[in-house]
Amino acid sequence: MKKVSVPFILNGETVTAEVPAAWTLLKTLREYFELNGPKEGCGAGECGACTVIVDGDAVNSCIYPIIEVEGKSVTTIEGVADKDGTLHPLQKAFLENNGVQCGFCTSGMIMSAKALLDQNSDPTEDEIRTGISGNLCRCTGYVQIVEAIEKASKMIK
Amino acid sequence: MIDYDYKKPDSLKDVFGLLKEYGPKATLIAGGTDVMLDIRNKKLSPDVLISLRGLKDLSYIKKNSGYHIGAMTTHRMLERSDVVMTDLSALHDGSKKIGSVQIRNVATIGGNICNAAPSADTAGPLLALDTTVVLEGLGGERKVPIAEFFTGPSKTVRKTEEVLVEFEIPGKMEGFGSAYWKHSRRKAMDLPILGVAVAIKFSEKDIISDARIALTVAAPTPIRAYSAEDFLKGKNVNDEVLKEAGKIASSEASPRDSLRGKKWYREEMIEVFVPRMARLAAERTQNR
Repeated sequence: MKKVSVPFILNGETVTAEVPAAWTLLKTLREYFELNGPKEGCGAGECGACTVIVDGDAVNSCIYPIIEVEGKSVTTIEGVADKDGTLHPLQKAFLENNGVQCGFCTSGMIMSAKALLDQNSDPTEDEIRTGISGNLCRCTGYVQIVEAIEKASKMIK
Repeated sequence: MIDYDYKKPDSLKDVFGLLKEYGPKATLIAGGTDVMLDIRNKKLSPDVLISLRGLKDLSYIKKNSGYHIGAMTTHRMLERSDVVMTDLSALHDGSKKIGSVQIRNVATIGGNICNAAPSADTAGPLLALDTTVVLEGLGGERKVPIAEFFTGPSKTVRKTEEVLVEFEIPGKMEGFGSAYWKHSRRKAMDLPILGVAVAIKFSEKDIISDARIALTVAAPTPIRAYSAEDFLKGKNVNDEVLKEAGKIASSEASPRDSLRGKKWYREEMIEVFVPRMARLAAERTQNR
């Protein structure tokens, strides 16, 4: 198994992954860096539980080859709150608005929402729904999640 | 156990060198949203993946005596491009409907076409826009009309040692309005039951001077409905004419029964959506 050495920025820190060339970004995050926020749901880019932000854009880390993050900046749910533990407005809004039930989709959902708000701080409901269209939630019915994102966008403004 | 080596060359020349070196043991990967799944599902088991993501200069949308779209342009770039939205509306309709935001952020138009799924959401629009596919290999460049590019499900005329580098849409398409309908059960993360793309141009008020109709998931490959196009030329846009065009287009298709839809249903939906997309394309000529 051929190993590769991939330098990149992970949640603001410069890191190097020494992993097999065939590993995905998700496998590297979970098994090499032991960040278990990103989840494997379908493993096929359908459910969005593995969503992380690469250079400002939400991507499915389960189908993202590790070598493609070389030199890029990756943000996972672990890098969303401030270093002192202060939660991001999205995290606060999800908690206050019952945007979390079983929690499996939550980290991916927040990463998609964060990429959306970083690019468009005042999205319409339609834009929010499009923004999270790649994230499946089987508990909430999405209404509280959409409302939480609307609330977070107001908090950020 | 999935295992492969991963090469990320930064020039086309190096890509050709690697393709020559590894031959059939290598697979090209662009955004990877199809290739990574094929590997996971054991449909592909390459020894080496050759990534095209190091080729930064293959990612562009240009307008000059026609339109030029680099093969590594992502669907997200197409979705956000004003030129694509106004001038190549059908392609905009198709690009923004692929997968999800996460998929569109990485999946490329070159990958969508080379994967050659009969359901590819950019295939219908590119066919209706009379696109030429530009392939490059060690022997140089060759151009293939997209209507001749697909040879079967997952099959194209691209040779294994060639790379699809660009899509050219001729300048004559500038006066056309175009539209694409992805007929699916869900708004996102779904494949179409049927895809209908129409491009239309008027000579004088309401007289159609030229039309292109493309259908996807309606045959083993994306197809043009040439007889329906010919029928439309010189006609006035009205319900009767469009209805007849839909019937002719449906007779040119050869859909099959599948998990997503039955043959009879697809045929009837062609009759419904060819007129609707022709109407929308006609409306869009007003903004040109």
